[in-house]
Amino acid sequence: MTDALLHALLFQGGYNAALVSLGAALLGLAAGAVGAFTTLRRRALTSDAMAHATLPGIGLAFLVMAAAGGDGRNLIGLLIGAGLSAALGLFWLQRLTDRTRLTEDAATGAILSSFYGAGIVILTVIQNLSLGRPAGLEGFLLGSTAGMLMSDALLIAGGGAVILALLVILRRALAMTAFDPSHARMMGVNTRAADMALLLLTLACVLLGLRVVGLIMIVALLITPALTARLWSDRVGVVALMAGAIGAVAGHLGAALSLVLPDLPTGPAIVLITFAAFLLSALFAPGRGLIARALARARLSTSVRT
Amino acid sequence: MVSPTPIPMPETALTITGLTVAYGSVPVVATVSARFPKGSMTAVIGPNGAGKSTLLKAALGLIPAVTGDVRAFGQPVAKAMPRIAYVPQRAAVDWEFPARVIDVVQMGLYRKTGLLRRMTPGLKAQAMACLTRLGMQDFADRQIGALSGGQQQRVFLARALAQEADLMILDEPFAGVDAATESTIISVLHGLRSEGKTVIAVHHDLSTVPAYFDRVLLMNRRVIAEGATQSTFRRTLVAEAYGNTLLTAIPA
Amino acid sequence: MTFGAEFVALTLPPMVIAVLAALGCAAPGNFLLLRGQSMLGDAMSHVVLPGIVAAFLLTGSAAQPIMLAGALAAATLSSLMIEAIRRTTNADPGAAMGVTFTAMFAAGVLLLETSGAGAVHLDVEHALYGNLEGLIWLDATGWASLADPAALATLPPELPALALATTLILVTLALVWRPLTIATFDEGFAATSGIPTRWLSAGLTGLTALAAVAAFSAVGSILTIAMLICPPATARLLTDSLPRQMTLSLLIAAAAAALGTIAAGYLPLALGVSFSVSAAGSIATLSGLFLALAATFGPRRHRRSAAA
Repeated sequence: MTDALLHALLFQGGYNAALVSLGAALLGLAAGAVGAFTTLRRRALTSDAMAHATLPGIGLAFLVMAAAGGDGRNLIGLLIGAGLSAALGLFWLQRLTDRTRLTEDAATGAILSSFYGAGIVILTVIQNLSLGRPAGLEGFLLGSTAGMLMSDALLIAGGGAVILALLVILRRALAMTAFDPSHARMMGVNTRAADMALLLLTLACVLLGLRVVGLIMIVALLITPALTARLWSDRVGVVALMAGAIGAVAGHLGAALSLVLPDLPTGPAIVLITFAAFLLSALFAPGRGLIARALARARLSTSVRT
Repeated sequence: MVSPTPIPMPETALTITGLTVAYGSVPVVATVSARFPKGSMTAVIGPNGAGKSTLLKAALGLIPAVTGDVRAFGQPVAKAMPRIAYVPQRAAVDWEFPARVIDVVQMGLYRKTGLLRRMTPGLKAQAMACLTRLGMQDFADRQIGALSGGQQQRVFLARALAQEADLMILDEPFAGVDAATESTIISVLHGLRSEGKTVIAVHHDLSTVPAYFDRVLLMNRRVIAEGATQSTFRRTLVAEAYGNTLLTAIPA
Repeated sequence: MTFGAEFVALTLPPMVIAVLAALGCAAPGNFLLLRGQSMLGDAMSHVVLPGIVAAFLLTGSAAQPIMLAGALAAATLSSLMIEAIRRTTNADPGAAMGVTFTAMFAAGVLLLETSGAGAVHLDVEHALYGNLEGLIWLDATGWASLADPAALATLPPELPALALATTLILVTLALVWRPLTIATFDEGFAATSGIPTRWLSAGLTGLTALAAVAAFSAVGSILTIAMLICPPATARLLTDSLPRQMTLSLLIAAAAAALGTIAAGYLPLALGVSFSVSAAGSIATLSGLFLALAATFGPRRHRRSAAA
């Protein structure tokens, strides 16, 4: 098994497998870097609501494509459906927070659960309709790279690269908006546009991540690397780079593991790898790590007492 | 042998000894010691970030202190808590909360009602009397979200009055309130002082310090000066706390 | 089989179970909402799965009390972790929750897939959408069965368990109503009034975990989240009084649960298709629709305070 893993890690598990783990790595890189800004803007859980709100769209897109006589599992079609329903979820999230007295976290939870519920209703319809032939949509819940089409892997890798390019272009406006929106406005940054751009980049990461990590845990790929990197640095650029690197390693390693062990769902593997990075950093990072803090606090209280 | 005559000490309502509070490993209040005599009215002043609110919160045990000892009326502060009323900053609560003005004032009676005891007509009348003392009796059934900033502050003070405490600690009671409210509040506080109660307030408006307060605690992370307003509220000392800003209104 | 017999055997038990679960979740949800902790319910319902799986793997038993203990332990661990992460990273609570529940959920799925726990009818889909439709009452022959002790003994065991948990939750909240309200409105003031604020907030987390755990096996995590958040949020847009908000949220939760179960079972039939859809999903959808209505027409939907 270790041999097989090594092969997969070194992109030698065959062309298809290499493409899948390259796609997962690029996805991790993009999501980690975008997530650094999303987390800085304190919208971590917005991406969770977004991810859950994709489910009704996935189901409806499947039904529409199947009814039109095509293959219901076409990834591009499913992602278009997912994107539309996530956009509807975001629209309602915005409406609830702007026009009512509900706080953002309550609105997030409400959108997340009701859209997800609607998605489950549609999934049960599909299960009943497809009469024995599994629709394979369950992979979108927990992520699965097993049996992924080469075109899907290419789409994910290409999408990740495009997201990264956009992020590099927009990085300054995004950083200024996240740090101090009113100052950014005075400096001529269109903060509304910057926020919208960040939301769209986040949505793009969520959509690309659906197939690999699954909609329940994709939020981890956006938040956990960002918080991990925050423990090591205070500079936005460094945090984004580090978060991207952590995401890339986790994506690559997780995908390789799940290629070797087909029973192992890719999503949980990737999530646990990023979490391990977080735990290690939380303990050992200089300055902010738990050990460093405990030492500083001990020094402070002895210096106060004497 | 003659036992030494004890030096007569004015009774203190609150004594803080060597209190240090840190956020992470950065101390925001450094070994502060201060005494607040019974029946006095003290302004805690200092620039933004001087640790004024933090000092009071830590003294009340609301946030953990690194070291230090706090006693109220000779007892550990936790034990004396029934004799203390605390009025937080107005911004510390969500004014959208589903409650009426009278509901908030009745919260001040919690030590009497406890978990389950009924809100008797006598207690209700007591809460109403506290509102009346602040000129808010007509607002009793109003939703708290519908109040102006000054009215919110009066409700907070009415709630503290309902506690019938001997020591009242207020965090910026005059922040963002109108002139009428400010004068109502200060006359209520002066009334408390004349009943022998002790008042401590975080205060920002330096121009009103001599008129409102008889004592001053001047701090900037550590204590700069402490004592009667006349002797403590001096230009050099205030300048030391605030850095060198123009303070021509303050006696040299 | 008459309609009555079919209804009592197949629809009534899931409906009652859904209503009980909805009530048990909506009640603490009101306080979570006012404390800005609504997403705690989301986190709790995700960590129930690893708790149950770990308890099974450790003890080899699938008995209810053991599952419950495992889930409560996981819930406690997760709330400690959220707090620790918030302190170390200065992250907002949302991000800290996201890190925690995704990691624990991932661990649960991994344990489930790589061990033999699947043998005890635990699977991820079950964890997500529950098994409301499966909770039928085979021995019921009609309305008369409700008075027949022998038939009542064969009710799905989830029903009495949930009834107990929901009663416990409602009674506890009624008991601590006054201090919990004060602590929710103004924690600093509450602490100086002799209210044990830490215990109360730990207790609220505990009640939320209990609601999530009790509801979990019957209705799944998705419905738990929906019921913790949507009915209180809907009621919040309808009234300015906390007691009325609580009452309305319970009514809305019960209505969504009852109507959702019936709609899932009978609406597709009425539309001429011969299958039913997920009851948990349809209840969650319905509660979202109620919220959308309240957000559009609710008399108290707008923010009032100009200040703050």
